[in-house]
Formats: sequence, structure tokens, C-alpha cells
Amino acid sequence: MSVVESYATKLARNRLGLWLFVISDAFVFIGLFVARMVLLGDTRPHLEQGLGLAVTILLLVSSFLMNRAEVEIAHGNRPAFLRNIFITMVLGIIFLVGVVGVEWQLAPFGPADGQAGAVFYAMTGFHAFHVFTGVIFLFIVWNNGRRGHYSAEKHWAVEACAIYWHFIDVVWMFFYVGLYLLGTPV
Amino acid sequence: MRFFSTNFFRGLIAQIAGTVMGMGLVMALRVIFGLPLSSPIEADDAHIREVIVVGGVIVGAFSFLVGAGVFGDWFKWARGEETSDEHTVDSSKPNWMRYFSVDFDHKVIGVQYGVASLLLLLFGGTFAMLFRIELAQSGITFLNSEIFKVLLGYDGPHLYNTLMSLHGIVMIAGILLGIGAMSNYLVPMLIGANDMAFPRLNAFAFWVNVPGGLILLSSLFLGGFDTGWVGYPPLSLRAPLGMQMFLFGVFLIGVSSIAGSINVIVSIITMRAKGMSLLRMPIFCWAALATALIQFTATQLIGLSFQLVMLERLLDMSFFDSLQGGDPVLYQHLFWFYSHPAVYVFILPGLGIISELLPVYVRKPLYGYKWVAFSSLGIAAVSFFVWAHHMFVSGMSPFLRIPFMYSTLLVAVPTGVKFFSWAATLWQGKIEFKTPMLFTLGAIVIFLLGGVTGPPLATIATDLHLHDTWFVVGHFHDTMFGGFIFPFAAAIYFWFPKMTGRMYNEKQGVIHFWLMFIGFMMMSNLQLVLGLLGMRRRVADFDAALGFDGMQLALTIGGFMVFFGMLLFAYNIIRSWTKGEKTEGNVWDSRSPEWQRPNPMPLHNYDQPFEVVGEPYDYGLPNSTYVNMNPAGETPAAH
Repeated sequence: MSVVESYATKLARNRLGLWLFVISDAFVFIGLFVARMVLLGDTRPHLEQGLGLAVTILLLVSSFLMNRAEVEIAHGNRPAFLRNIFITMVLGIIFLVGVVGVEWQLAPFGPADGQAGAVFYAMTGFHAFHVFTGVIFLFIVWNNGRRGHYSAEKHWAVEACAIYWHFIDVVWMFFYVGLYLLGTPV
Repeated sequence: MRFFSTNFFRGLIAQIAGTVMGMGLVMALRVIFGLPLSSPIEADDAHIREVIVVGGVIVGAFSFLVGAGVFGDWFKWARGEETSDEHTVDSSKPNWMRYFSVDFDHKVIGVQYGVASLLLLLFGGTFAMLFRIELAQSGITFLNSEIFKVLLGYDGPHLYNTLMSLHGIVMIAGILLGIGAMSNYLVPMLIGANDMAFPRLNAFAFWVNVPGGLILLSSLFLGGFDTGWVGYPPLSLRAPLGMQMFLFGVFLIGVSSIAGSINVIVSIITMRAKGMSLLRMPIFCWAALATALIQFTATQLIGLSFQLVMLERLLDMSFFDSLQGGDPVLYQHLFWFYSHPAVYVFILPGLGIISELLPVYVRKPLYGYKWVAFSSLGIAAVSFFVWAHHMFVSGMSPFLRIPFMYSTLLVAVPTGVKFFSWAATLWQGKIEFKTPMLFTLGAIVIFLLGGVTGPPLATIATDLHLHDTWFVVGHFHDTMFGGFIFPFAAAIYFWFPKMTGRMYNEKQGVIHFWLMFIGFMMMSNLQLVLGLLGMRRRVADFDAALGFDGMQLALTIGGFMVFFGMLLFAYNIIRSWTKGEKTEGNVWDSRSPEWQRPNPMPLHNYDQPFEVVGEPYDYGLPNSTYVNMNPAGETPAAH
């Protein structure tokens, strides 16, 4: 005889597990931020302010749309859910292109050029890797949603994806301040 | 040969193929981006080779996991398919194959962890024996043998450094796996669950250790590394290619640690049996919970610091090299933020085992259950505020030393609580000296030695004198043997009937204990004495005029006694597993729920949920029960 566990039991367990993972992962970014404070102190690298602001706004908007996607599926509105999550994914890809494809090319230093280069490429690189995994996650959820998975009652994958995506955005809010606003440019 | 169809073997093949493919991929990328594949300058050539090999090794590790099928169910979920949560066993295959397969049963994973742990401990011990032979007398002799040059391409002091560094880190890996073994095997059984909260994550957490361990050990053949297990830059930036294998191998083992600890926390919080409030939980679960709380947060920082060193070596990013504006002390802060709490990760489960086993063999309640439970959490909490006591001589701001001294001394308070509880539990008990109890008592004595040698290292004035001497080595070995090795042996002996359905050989167990205990006492006390006399650690040689030769020889003999003790342990396990006397039921007369079930534990731990109706350790008190195995009052189903 074995006990079949209810969806609600599993959901509670999954939520706790995911939040523990988020807390755990946050320590990586705290460590990077500490490294930034130690190595750069009250200076900051010379970066394209307009571009930084643009990608930050993009990511914030994507977070809002991700929330809409989650709310829509909770109300059983599949088309709106799919539309919102798709735009979130596209915005995520544009963010990646903006940081890795454009900002990395425009920056006046490479990864091997002093502490500023090391800190800038490490912080944006670690974050971009998370955005990349987040985009894959979004694609998987969008693709399964398109094929009729998830319902108003059962959509843990959507919720997990939303939590992970919001987490990545919150990290970027700190990193944007740390890289673009804090201290005086050198 | 059925072995060739196991997930383990397939994973190995995939790792080899993946490593070659990964190296090819990096080379192809270099060609596309117009970068050279070799260079006439020796240093540049070595750097290019390093980039290619590291790329290959990373792809290889991932390939192992894919090839072994660890991601199988997750890939199915990503495609939108459902998977079954039922444990099924393919009865057409022999039982041993389960242990080489990706199996989701926590009991199988626990045994996998345990065997892998003992293997790593054996490797780590062998490395120690090799450099102990060298240290048995002054002058470099043994490690200059021709054979090492032929086998490894290097010898002498560099080989000493490599062996010493690998001894440290392989032992730590072995200990982390041993902790995985204890928490995975025991926690679900003790809390009355049929498995961990996330069985697939659990399997992943074990299997990622296999490529991790292989990569770590491969550093021996790739030039070695001479930084010790701490890997301080700038030395780690200049060490041979083996350094990268060390960094990446440990990174993978850290991933395992994080995944495993999340599983433990969620299992303990959400899956306890009916009536098992947190304060009626077996005491080992408190220790496992405290351990997991440290593991799932702090481990990220060692992962980060090792990745930054890898990046600095590969891409010349200047985090830690002061010549280019980096800060080597930053590395030490990031590193010790994990690596000090990590030593509490190593000891807390062991201390939990001591508290768990004592009442069974003393037939008395555990003294001060609540205090012991909270002392584990107390140690875990304090552990986050003590890391810089490793750095009193690092050149960090001197005013930081004082708060770190006080926080470090504070650790003695919750640890002392445990000692008083053990002493009070033993008081006037009817002690039964079986092998697990011998190891428990040995652990208490040895950990006490580790405890009293701690404060001199925490106090700034004495630490400045003792830093980097063998006194530190002695203190650390006391805490590791008292906090892990002895309790781990006790746990394996104690739950051996539960794992295998057979009894270990008691006589060999007792011989194992005395060999280990006497050998270890010789070894660690001499380490402490030599350190006080001024013997520096991490050096391959010492001046004969210091007069240490006799003590060093005795130390080596003590080390070999420990080593042979562990070999006897391995023999006892292997032999008893197949030939041991069969056991039935509650071998130790324990109150714990798992002993109310048949040996070995059935596939589904508990046919029906049990109910906790009393206190866990009320041994010897009249009319007290801990668990009601049959709360519904039904006749139990045939097994």
C-alpha cells in the first residue's frame, strides 16, 4: 500500500523547495555585489547610461507581464496567458542582446582590463546566464501552455517560472544600481 | 556483462566522449574567432592548453549526467509528459544493479552516498599515508623515488604539496558525501516518510558527485596543485593545470551539497509523521536540519570564489591578483564564509548521531532533549559570524580580529551544552559496550580534545603564535575524527542490519575501534605537541637538528594504525554484507520507528503511516511509548 499524495501537498512542498533555491542562489549575487564593493569601492566603470536604463526598463516591464501571465492562467484565460508569457520571453531575449550583444561591445574595456573589467563582466555575465536559463524556462512553459497544459487549478510550472523570473529582475535592480549609478565614474 | 548496461557505466562513456567533444568544440571556436591553437612561448602554450582542457572537462561533466540518464524525468516534464512517482523495481535485474543505476529510492541513494564516501576516504587516506612516509624522517627521500616521476611527471616537494592538498580536499569531499549518506538514508525513515521530498533532485545530487570526484582526482595526473585545500590566490593563479580540476571538481560537489540540503529541509518541514511535532523529532533530524541550513546558503560562496579563480586563470580577469588591482584578501573572505561554516556541516550530523545512539545503549532518556536540539541550531547560527578567525594573520584590518575572536569563543557554549547532555545521559546508565557504542564514546573523548584545543586558536594572542603550525592540524583532526569519522563508523555499524538485513562481525568491529582509537590518539596528540614546538605545517621536510625525527616516526605509525583500522572496517562491511549472520527485527531494542520494521527495510518504508504518541528517548521509563505503528487498529498487511 502506498499513499498517493494530493496536488495541494506537493504544491506546498514545491513552493518551499523553490523559495529555498531562490534564497540559496541569492547568495551568489550577494557575493558578487560584495566583490564589487571591495574592488571598486566608490567608483564605477564608464558605461552607456542610456542603454543601461533601457534594458532595465525592459526587464521591469517583462516582470510585470510575467505577473499578468500568471494571473491570466489562474483565471483560466489561456490566450491572454500565452500572449503575456510570449512577450516576456521576447523582452528577455532583447535584454540579453542588449547586455551581451551591445553593452559588452560598447564597453571601453575587456574582461582582462583591471578590476573594473573583471567586476563588470562577472556581474553581467552571471546575471545574463540566469536570464538565459530563465528564457529557456519561459519557452518550455509557453510551449507546454500552447499545447494545452496548465489550468486555473494546476499551474505550478507557471508559478515557478514567474518566481524565478521576478527573482532575476530583483537581482538586476541591485546590479543596475551597483554598476550604473553607485559611485563616481572613472 | 551486465555492468556495461548500468547507468554508471554509460555515464562514464558519455563523460569521456563529452570531454573529447568539448575540447574539440573549444578548439573549433578558437579557430572561428581567429585565436591561436598553440604558441611558441611556453607559458602562452600552457594557457591555451588549459582553456581547451577546461572547456572539455565542463562539457564532459554535463555529458556524464545526461548519459547516465539523471535528467531523464526532467526532460520529460519539459516536453509536457507525466512521470510516475511510484517506486518500482525491475525484478529481472539483480539487486546490485540498483546501486549502479539512477534510482530514486532514498535508501539506495543513501547507500550510494555511503559507499562513494568510504571510497573517497580511502583515497584521501592513501594520499596521507604517502606523505606520512616522507615525513617519518628528515630529508626528502621517499617522494624522490623514480616511480613518481614516471607515473605523474613530478616528484619531491611539489608531489608532497599535491598529496597534502589532495588529502585535505578528498577527505572533505568524502565527509560531505558521508553526510549525504546519513541524512538521505536516515531522515525519511526517522520522520516516517517513504522518501525524500524531491526524489529526482536527490538522485541528481548524488550523481553529480561522480564526475566531480573523478575530475578532482584527475588533478593528480594533470600537474597537481600546491595550494593546500584552501586554494589561496595568488598561488592558485600560478599553479599547474591540476588547480582547475580541483576548482571545478569541488564546484560540482558543492552543487550536490546545495541540492541535497534543500531536499533535507523540505522533507523535515513537510513530511513528518502524524503527531511528530518538531520537539518530538529524533535528535538526528535536528542536526540534519541545522546542517542543511548552513549548506544551502554558505556553499554558494565557495562555488562563487572558485568560479572567480577559474575565470581569472582562463580570461585573465583580475579579481584576486594584486599586481593587476585585485584583492587576495577578498578571496579569503568569500572562501571562509563557506569554509568555516562548512566544518560545522562536517560535525553537526556526527554530533547528532552521538545524541541518537547514547540513549539506546545507556537505556536512559537523552538528557535535555530541547537544549540539545536548539544547540545544533545555535551552532549553525553562530557559524556564520566566525569566518575571519582564519585570517588573523592575513593582513585584514586588525580591529576585525576582536569581534571574530569573541564570536568564535561563543561556539563553545552550544557545543558545551551537548557535552553536558552526553555526560548526564551516561551518568548511572547501564552501558552496553557494543561496537557502535564504543565508537560513540570514542567520538566524545576525541571531540573533547578538539574542543579544548579550539580556544587557543580562537584567541588572537595565541593564534598569532600557533597559526600555520601542526597544532592547527592536530586540532582539526580531533574535530573531524570526533565529529565525523567515529560517529560515521558508529552509524554504519548501528544501521548495518537495517541496510543489509545482516549483522557485522562484532569482534572485527572491536578491533577496528581499538586500532583507530589508539592510533588516532598517538597521531593527533603528537601533531599538537609538534605544533607547539614550532613544526610548520604544509612543508615537505624539517631540519634534523630540531629533533623531531622520533616523534614524526611515531606519528606516522599512529597514522598507519588508523589506516589499517579503516581497511579492516571495509573488509568487515564487504564480508558481512554477503556472509553476515541474518538478523530479524529490533536488533538494538530501539524505540525508533525504523526498528519496528523488518530488516532490511522494505521498499516502501512504512506500509501505513504511524503516529507519534510520546517522547522519543524515554528509555527505561515505565509505560512510555514513542510510536504507535498501527494507529488505525487494522491487522497489518502481509509484507
